[in-house]
Amino acid sequence: MTMRTPLGKVRGLGSAKSGAEHWLLERVIALANLPLNLFLVIFILMHLGAARADIVESVRNPVVAGLLAMSLIAILWHMKLGMRAIIEDYVHGEAAKLTLLVLNSAYTVILGIAAIFAILKMSFGS
Amino acid sequence: MTETKPAARPLSPHLQIYRPMLTMMMSIMHRITGAALYFGVILLVWWLLAVASSDNYFDLARGFFGHWFGLLILFGFTWALIHHALGGIRHLIWDTGRGFDPVTIEWMARANLAGSIILTVLLWVIAYGVVA
Repeated sequence: MTMRTPLGKVRGLGSAKSGAEHWLLERVIALANLPLNLFLVIFILMHLGAARADIVESVRNPVVAGLLAMSLIAILWHMKLGMRAIIEDYVHGEAAKLTLLVLNSAYTVILGIAAIFAILKMSFGS
Repeated sequence: MTETKPAARPLSPHLQIYRPMLTMMMSIMHRITGAALYFGVILLVWWLLAVASSDNYFDLARGFFGHWFGLLILFGFTWALIHHALGGIRHLIWDTGRGFDPVTIEWMARANLAGSIILTVLLWVIAYGVVA
């Protein structure tokens, strides 16, 4: 129990010291998305109508596999940061906000693991 | 004793009181395309898994993407991606502190919209050229 106002409670504490880093991370990941998405579009264009074996053969090249993995990581990371901004803008209830933020993390991480698994499987195996 | 509540302060005017402007619509579209791509990426990951899995699974995925409904989704996906990417470039320019004057802001919004449509059509023309 306190009679202090919410504003009074935080006054003088200073910033959380991570705002600038978060802002920069958003920009750097966004910037990385431009060339990596271009690579992804070219990769897909070059394999339109290709047989499965030919696509797998392309991904056996470590440079292609690496670029594919980097593309997916950059895309999913950017998605996670972007959806977080959307959630924080529109969802004000603390419980709902936390739930959605956790779901956002789970969704992007699961897709990331699935994508990396697929790329590695093509790269090493069948 | 209850917690002291902050005084009720006036809220800033929200969307509905403004006349729609191009820059405002483009800002909204940037967010909508971003959210659509967020869910659309499932298809990309699904395709990667299909390629990595088996011929049967790959044929299933190819059947879906080759169907008119799949192609429609992919066309929308292409436009959303390009629109969001060009919008992102505008944002990165603004982050350097440039491009805020009324003339620049207006032509960049127009270029974003026109560019997204032109590049989408161009990409699909190339795609059909590759397949044919």
